Amino acid sequence: MADKVEFELVSPEKLLTSQPVDMVVVPGSEGDFGVLAGHSPMISTVRPGVIDVYEADRVVDRVFVAGGFAEVTETRCTVLAEEAIAVAEIDRAKVEQQIRDLGEDLEDAKSDDEKARVEAKIAIARAKLDATGATTH
Amino acid sequence: MPNLKDLKNRIASVQSTRKITSAMKMVAASKLRRAQEQAEAGRPYAERMGRMLASLAANVQDSGNGPKLMTGTGSDQVHLLVIISSDRGLCGAFNGAIVRESRRQILRLQSEGKTVKLLTVGRKARDQLRREFGSLIVETYEDVGRRKLSFADADVVAQKVLAMYDAGEFDVCSVIFNKFKSAISQIVTVQQLVPFAVEAQADEEAAGAEVKAIYEFEPDEEQILAELLPRNLSIQVYRALLESAASEQGARMTAMDNATRNAGDMINKLTITYNRTRQAYITKELIEIISGAEAV
Repeated sequence: MADKVEFELVSPEKLLTSQPVDMVVVPGSEGDFGVLAGHSPMISTVRPGVIDVYEADRVVDRVFVAGGFAEVTETRCTVLAEEAIAVAEIDRAKVEQQIRDLGEDLEDAKSDDEKARVEAKIAIARAKLDATGATTH
Repeated sequence: MPNLKDLKNRIASVQSTRKITSAMKMVAASKLRRAQEQAEAGRPYAERMGRMLASLAANVQDSGNGPKLMTGTGSDQVHLLVIISSDRGLCGAFNGAIVRESRRQILRLQSEGKTVKLLTVGRKARDQLRREFGSLIVETYEDVGRRKLSFADADVVAQKVLAMYDAGEFDVCSVIFNKFKSAISQIVTVQQLVPFAVEAQADEEAAGAEVKAIYEFEPDEEQILAELLPRNLSIQVYRALLESAASEQGARMTAMDNATRNAGDMINKLTITYNRTRQAYITKELIEIISGAEAV
C-alpha cells in the first residue's frame, strides 16, 4: 500500500489538517465509507461522527466532526466540517451537561422550527458522547 | 496678539491628541495583521466549497430543477441588501463609502420600482441610514465580532437571511461590504448572494479540470445542494465580514497615521507662533524700558 491519499480537514475558520495518509474512514450520511488512494470521485454529506485516520492499518488519529461535506477524488479526500475536535479532547462531563441543558431547551421550545434545531443539537452532542465511549475500550 | 498661555495650552492638547492617534494607529496595525491572518485562514474552506458547488451545479443545471436558492424565485421585485459597516468611527472614509454606495443602490432600485429591504451589520450604517431609510431596515446587528470574528457570528446573519428567503420576503439578496485591497485602499463591493451565481464564484482555472471529473453523489445531487447552498451563504457572509474587518482596521490605520502627521504639523506651526509671540513680547518690553530711560 504505497499510495497515499491526501487527507484535508477544513473548518470555516481554518485549515485543520492536510497530510498524506493511508486511509480515512468518513461517517457519510448514508453510512461510513473508507477512502483509499484511487477511490472513485464522489461528493457526500457527512453526519455527526468520528473520522478515523489510518496509517499502516492502525488508527493514528480520531477526529469528531459535527457534520459537513466530503469531497473525494482519486488522490484527495477533503472534509469540510462545521465543527471539528480531536476525540481525545472531548470533555465527557461537559458534553453530558450540554445534553441536559439542551433537554431543558427542548421542553421550552415553542415552535416546531425551534424544536427541530434543538433536536439537531442534541443529536450532535449524543454523537460526541458516543465518540468518547468508543475510545475507552 | 495671541495670548501666550492659550498657545501653550493649545500645544499641549495637540500633543496629547497626537499621542492618542499614534497609539490608535499602532493598535489598528496589530489588529489588521490578525484580521488578515484570519481572512487567510478562511480561504481554503471557501475555495473547496466553491469547487464542490461548481461540480454540483454543473450536474444539477442540466436537469433544470435546482433548489430555490440557486434558481431564484423567478421574480426580482424585492431586494434585500445586507450592509456591512463598523461599530466604531475614526476610520476615515470606511463607513462613508459604504453608506454612499448603499444609498446609491437603494435609490437606483427604488427608481426601478423595486422594493428594498435592509439588513445592517454594525452601528455606523444603521445610524447613517436610519434617517433616510429607517422604514426599510428589517434588522440590525451590532457588536459583531467585537473580540474575534467567529463563524457563528456570520451564521446568525446568514440564518436570518435564509429564514426571510424561506418566508418569501425577498427575491434577490446582495451584500455590500468593503473589500480589503491594501491598508490604504478598500474597495466597496456589491456581491449577490441569492440567487447564487455559480459562474461568478467558480474560479476558471481551479474549476476547469476538476469539474469535468464525474462525481458520484451520496445522497443525490439535489439533496447535497440543498444542504450545501445554505452553508455556502453563511460562508459568503463570513468572508464578507472578514474582508470588512480587515478593511476597517486598514482604513483606521491610515486615518490615524494621517491624523498623527497632521497633529505633528500643527504642533510645529503652533510652536513657531508661540516663539514669535514670545519674542514680540520681549521686544515690546525692551522698547518700553529704553524709551522710558531716554525720556528721563
